Amino acid sequence: MTGSFTAPAIAWAQLTPVLLVLGAAVVGVLVEAFAPMRLRRPLQLTLSLLATAGALVAVAALWNGVRASGGTVVLGGSLIVDGPTLVLQGTIALLALLSILVMADRTETGEDAFSPQAAAVPGSDYEEVARRKGLSQTEVYPLVLFATGGMLIFPATGDLLTLFVALEVLSLPLYLLSGLARRRRLLSQEASMKYFLLGAFASAILLFGIALLYGFAGSIRYADIAAATHKVVGLDGLLLAGALMVLVGLLFKVGAVPFHAWTPDVYQGAPTPITGFMAACTKVAAFGALLRMVYVVLPDLKWDLAPALWAVAILTIVVGTVAGLLQTDIKRMLAYSSIAHAGFVLTGVIALNTQGVSSVLFYLLAYGAATVGAFGIVSLVRERSAVAVPVAVSVGAVGSRSEDIGEAADVATQGSVLGEATQVSQWAGLGRTHPVLAVTFTLFLLSFTGIPLTAGFTGKFAVFSAAVAGGATGLAIVGVLASAAAAFFYVRVIVLMFFTSPAGADADGAAAAGASGQPTTTVVTSEGFAVVAIAICAVLTVLLGVVPGPVLDLVTEAAKFIP
Amino acid sequence: MTSSGFPWLTALIVLPLLGAATVWALPRSQRRIVRHVALGFSIVELALAVGALLAFDTSASGTHQLSETHAWISSFGVSYAVGVDGLGLALVLLSVVLVPLVILAAWREQDGDLDRLRHYVALVLLLEVFMVAVFAARDVFLFYVLFEAMLIPVYFMIGVFGGVHRRYAAVKFLLFSLAGGLIMLVGVIALYLQGPGGPQGFLIDNLVGANIPVTTGRWLFAAFFIAFAIKAPMFPVHTWLPDAAENAPAGTSVLLVGVLDKVGTFGMLTLCLPLFPEASRWAAPAVIVLAVISILYGGLLAIGQKDLMRLIAYTSVSHFGVIVLGIFAFTSVSVAGSSFYMVNHGLSTGGLFLLAGYLVQRRGSQQIADFGGLQKVTPVLAGLFLTIGLSALSLPGMSTFVSEYLVLIGTYARHRPAAVVAVVVVILAALYILLTYQRIFTGPVRTGLETTPDLSTREKWAVAPLVAIMLVLGFYPAPALDLVREPAKVTLELISVQDVPAGAAQTASATEGSNK
Repeated sequence: MTGSFTAPAIAWAQLTPVLLVLGAAVVGVLVEAFAPMRLRRPLQLTLSLLATAGALVAVAALWNGVRASGGTVVLGGSLIVDGPTLVLQGTIALLALLSILVMADRTETGEDAFSPQAAAVPGSDYEEVARRKGLSQTEVYPLVLFATGGMLIFPATGDLLTLFVALEVLSLPLYLLSGLARRRRLLSQEASMKYFLLGAFASAILLFGIALLYGFAGSIRYADIAAATHKVVGLDGLLLAGALMVLVGLLFKVGAVPFHAWTPDVYQGAPTPITGFMAACTKVAAFGALLRMVYVVLPDLKWDLAPALWAVAILTIVVGTVAGLLQTDIKRMLAYSSIAHAGFVLTGVIALNTQGVSSVLFYLLAYGAATVGAFGIVSLVRERSAVAVPVAVSVGAVGSRSEDIGEAADVATQGSVLGEATQVSQWAGLGRTHPVLAVTFTLFLLSFTGIPLTAGFTGKFAVFSAAVAGGATGLAIVGVLASAAAAFFYVRVIVLMFFTSPAGADADGAAAAGASGQPTTTVVTSEGFAVVAIAICAVLTVLLGVVPGPVLDLVTEAAKFIP
Repeated sequence: MTSSGFPWLTALIVLPLLGAATVWALPRSQRRIVRHVALGFSIVELALAVGALLAFDTSASGTHQLSETHAWISSFGVSYAVGVDGLGLALVLLSVVLVPLVILAAWREQDGDLDRLRHYVALVLLLEVFMVAVFAARDVFLFYVLFEAMLIPVYFMIGVFGGVHRRYAAVKFLLFSLAGGLIMLVGVIALYLQGPGGPQGFLIDNLVGANIPVTTGRWLFAAFFIAFAIKAPMFPVHTWLPDAAENAPAGTSVLLVGVLDKVGTFGMLTLCLPLFPEASRWAAPAVIVLAVISILYGGLLAIGQKDLMRLIAYTSVSHFGVIVLGIFAFTSVSVAGSSFYMVNHGLSTGGLFLLAGYLVQRRGSQQIADFGGLQKVTPVLAGLFLTIGLSALSLPGMSTFVSEYLVLIGTYARHRPAAVVAVVVVILAALYILLTYQRIFTGPVRTGLETTPDLSTREKWAVAPLVAIMLVLGFYPAPALDLVREPAKVTLELISVQDVPAGAAQTASATEGSNK
């Protein structure tokens, strides 16, 4: 048997982006095991940033070759490096890089967003000891790199098994990362558990679909299955059921309704930088895989699948928008907004023309940039606990007092910076107190809304015109109406930030709220990493809105799948 | 159609942007000169616009001049294309005339909080960028982008600097406009697919005359028209305007009602009619009915208002009805009249809002009932209010008279009943203006108002130019009519409607009319 096996010739160079990231992840594990504690953070951080930046460079280096050849089949067909693959990999690498910057930021508090001892039972003495010791763990970096590696493979897969393996490689670290929040640990662990259970369920469905498709075509290669849809007759049931189940598995990752139930809880519970990473990168990767599945493997099922995809897209847009209107937690609101955006992207997928591919590629970049930036900002807006000294303390002194205590690095809870102020109402007046931060957040919200001259508008215009050109005018109309409704909840945050005084009245009001035992809202100073990431996201959002031409030309040129 | 010579329009677009950036970038120590810097920029802008007017060949005002075309997003078929015909130039001029006055009138607003004032004047300048650009846009996509993007500065101008219910008003304004805009977006996308396509597929010149199937054309017309009707605003989608005007600072209302709402009627005239001629003819009867309802409804509600700002807002609903009536009456006289009316309405309503702003600043209340007898205390304010009020009711001698007369007489030639009903506007306008004047300025002086200061020099200067322009154009409207008459004829040719010469078409210069 071994004699008959001929190892495929492997074009290693084509795999550089993936290899760089996964290799760095493995080295990261070794660093975690052997490097002394104080060296770990700088080492891990450098490694992660270099790996993602390297992946980005590698993608750019591969681009010319792909442009000339149209694409290469690697690993005997398991991976396909073509235009869409490279654009998606580049997008993922860039967004991962930005997310890692947000994760790395410990802010003025000196604490990152992750639990010092994730294994400890929430609220236990053990956890308290770990916290007092100022422990901080760096396992997030290799975990994120593994997830990123999986995401880089996901849109490039050329057969169903690789698809499944990539899905697991990207999912398992995410399940873990969701449970690592430093604060609100129970919520975080619940999110992790929920994500894991539902994710496992979705994986099982995907796997079952794979089995059915294999039964139908006798092969797991995309190209073979696509060819079999013409030839094989009499097994349509297998094909259709298998295709639907595989799509369900992918739509789960995308967060499309009715497979979205995990999204709000997980987005809320996970550490905010991880939420940003998940919301942006996972979506890019999953839509990449979905695009290839719909455009390469199943184009002949267009008429069979279209009703299902239409229904999912409309439901996703409507549920995301309507439920988003009712949210009071900013992370949950952004979660529902991400669901609605998944619906908008789906309209581009359903267009089933090259314009559809390019518009989806563009939309994902535009959406990802705004998402990483928005969650980056959310991670900086914190609660400051009230001074626990009896309420009788003179009101005027409270504000300054709490700051003094905070600066004295007293780890006791009084007057110190707590977790994120995620209640939308806590963001009142931020436009007055922190104009730059509020303006930047507004920019991201306007991009989500789809206001012209922001990236979000260009993206929306691209997917809707692809949908109209592809004969899905109805979807475009639903999308447009939903955009108008969704504007309301983005605008509500802007209203709170700019048109409302902070917590009642001005400085006095804030102090009074502090004295009454309510935590006040504060913005922590970043160490610099998060600010850089947010700034890059903001610049991208504006550039892709004002001069999207070059990027649009690029994705248009890249939007050709090879079978 | 690529540019040659000095890019007047681009310069007009870039200059206020630089102004806004400068105002925002001024260091903290220089806050004191913020207003001067902003005013300076707006005056240079005005000078630049006069330069553009001189460069404009008035004898060919029906063609688009000062044009520039550059590729912008070629994969969408979008170009940066600007150019103005007489109407566009007139509205650009209106915008750049109003902006310095608004800045001047806002000199002491925001209770001397220079930091807030800095943001306000910067937003005004930013808005000027969009106002100039939108009237010059010759690309449907560019027009749409500006149409939507200009909401954002106004949204902040209302929401941050406005009155008691500013949040409600700002959100209502934004959501109404966004909803309209997004409906238009579907139309914009679908329109491209009907046109020739390609990297310049959104150029209006390439889309005019596209062979659009009848049903599609009507749907597209509806998508565009709804957006413009909301913007204009017409009955029954006008409800955001009174709230916005009530809660916005007076200067914002000047620009909002005086200029921004014109984008709606301007859009009907320059996009709806030429792009969808068949659908325009098909929809005209319905639109005319709505316009007449707007005229009566706005006028009647204005009479019943207790709030000064709301009153002016409703008068505008009525006046916009007249403008839309003139546009959809499809005679060269009525269309030219509507075009001229757009400019006059901006001057007249702008002036009313500024004066109302002065009144509110002095009294701290917008309720008409809180005023009384001011004529004796503040004679200059009273006189100016009466003058501008008379322009709002189209007194002969004022430029508004010329335009209203042209609209009515032009409409009469084609739609006699509509014109007859619409004439009621004159009576309604007399009622709401004179009643308001009576309540605020005549009678015994209300207690607490005895020491009200009269207008300062600065305040006078912010209004006087408006009165001067209206009087000059009232007695000698020829220069303005030269700008708008040719574009009106071109529009009528594009919708291939046989012009009905109005009985008094030869009086279009209307000099004798105004000398009655």
